Amino acid sequence: MSAFLRQYLTVAIFGGAAVLMVGAMLGVGRLIRPTRPQPQKHMVYECGADPVGVGWSQSQIRYYVFALLFVMFDVEAVFLFPWAVRLEALGVFGLVEMAVFIAILALALLYAWRKGVLRWA
Amino acid sequence: MEQLSLPHVAWDAILPEVVLVVGGIVILVAGALLRRLHQSVFTVLTLAVVAGALVATQRLWHDVTAVTGPRQEVADAIVVDGFSLFLIVVICVSVGLAVLVADGYLRREQLRSPDFYVLMLLSASGAALMAAANDLIVIFLGIEILSIALYVLAGFHRRRDQSLEAAIKYFVLGSFSSAFLLYGIALTYGVTGSTNLTSVALFLRTNVVSSGTELAALAMLAVGLGFKVAAVPFHMWTPDVYQGSPTPVTGFMAAAAKAAGFAALLRVAYSTFGSSQIDWQPIIWALAVLSLVVGSVLAVVQTDVKRMLAYSSISHAGYVLVGLQAATDQGVAASLFYLLAYAFMVVGSFAVVTLVARRGDEGHSLDDYRGLSARRPGLALLFTVFLLAQAGVPLTTGFLAKFTVIAAAVASGSYALAVIAMLAAVIAAFFYLRVIVVMYMTPEGEGVPAGRPAIPFGAGAALGVAVAFTLVFGILPSSVLDFARHATLMRF
Repeated sequence: MSAFLRQYLTVAIFGGAAVLMVGAMLGVGRLIRPTRPQPQKHMVYECGADPVGVGWSQSQIRYYVFALLFVMFDVEAVFLFPWAVRLEALGVFGLVEMAVFIAILALALLYAWRKGVLRWA
Repeated sequence: MEQLSLPHVAWDAILPEVVLVVGGIVILVAGALLRRLHQSVFTVLTLAVVAGALVATQRLWHDVTAVTGPRQEVADAIVVDGFSLFLIVVICVSVGLAVLVADGYLRREQLRSPDFYVLMLLSASGAALMAAANDLIVIFLGIEILSIALYVLAGFHRRRDQSLEAAIKYFVLGSFSSAFLLYGIALTYGVTGSTNLTSVALFLRTNVVSSGTELAALAMLAVGLGFKVAAVPFHMWTPDVYQGSPTPVTGFMAAAAKAAGFAALLRVAYSTFGSSQIDWQPIIWALAVLSLVVGSVLAVVQTDVKRMLAYSSISHAGYVLVGLQAATDQGVAASLFYLLAYAFMVVGSFAVVTLVARRGDEGHSLDDYRGLSARRPGLALLFTVFLLAQAGVPLTTGFLAKFTVIAAAVASGSYALAVIAMLAAVIAAFFYLRVIVVMYMTPEGEGVPAGRPAIPFGAGAALGVAVAFTLVFGILPSSVLDFARHATLMRF
């Protein structure tokens, strides 16, 4: 085994330990716990309340579009924060690049607005 | 505060890609703000953008061949050489022709929307980025830009279930193959300590790497890129996706996405992993043989013309792989010429399929082509030319394409592969000729709604260009062959 692969031995041991630990805990639990099956125990768990309707229900498609828009600005923020921290080091080049990035995302928002996505009716 | 070292961005080196992206964004905004614009305006705008990208490419070509020579730009992540520019030309041509065909198609199917053109241009920009990439990460970015736009385009015919099915299948399998590619990139980085193709090539040449990790990296890269070019055994998605996608998109997919996939495959295998040629040549040999045989044999049993062309595109991928397997400059030039010739033939073929189909993108079975020569003699004649060209009949570019790749295989001593390629061409001739027989020699069947398919101006223009290229350069090929020969791959 090469030295390169040996470095990963730690990872393998760690992963194996994790599997063993979880297996041991669940296995011991299965051995010592009492077994009393009840139909309630097979119900879907919804924060303790009785589940309403079936799992395959339709949801409003607009949530999906809003989720997409949210992701768009979420990702923008992910890039903005590190950029803002290092703005001085990045200089004018960084400023221009970020302006281009934000402008493209703003155009996407403009597109979404003109498509009527922002209206909930 | 210390300054970070930022790359110098040579805008002129990435101008073709920039033109395609900016053009796409302009059309997106124009389409959103000016709703009244006529559909054809977007077609013309898209063609103008493509023409702009071609002009930029032409200027770079002049630089590369006459002034500066091949060079690396933007922190060595982009390479400007004859190879990349040649493939950008192939990609731009495919977009231009596909958009012309799509103009009438979108009108017939009532799918008019500027989004289609935006997605086409963005997809093309990803393909062009793959052609010019000199870094594995940039290849990955390109493949994702190309693919994500293509997933949406595959499902663009919203009211047609097959189209949505194609989009989902393409998306799931495409993401799966991207994961393989990414794993290959990670392993390559693990072995060589870099994702830059130049550094990887230098490392592999100056160090004896004897670990299985390098082989695993090669295999993973081959899987990821083999999927994009639809080489057997990574072809499972091809028939369903080609059949379900809107027909002009299928043409674009077969021409441009394949060209982009091969751009990355040729560059990574021949240039970057050039010193481990002995390792990847057998892999490519097996992929080529499987693609040639499986593609040709399965195409024979198809009764759906779109599906048949999908299998034939798999076997065409096999021919391009024959050129790569030779691992010589001659082989790479042959592969490039094949991709250019195939782009015109396949977009032309799918243009005919688009026109023969009825509203709803229906009517692709062989029976729908019965007696086409009586209803539309011109269309039948054009389809005959494209099919004969794909079969490799002399006086067409298709013949020269097959001839050059097989000649390259023979020159490098791969006699078995050359023989298999020729045998596959014989099998393939059967199903191309069968369509011609159906068009010319069988009467119109009962129950098939007869009618003269309308030929809109755009599709007519695209067909004219495609058939002119196929015939003119099939008879007088020297200029295009020289173009391919000068499109040299930058090697390190």
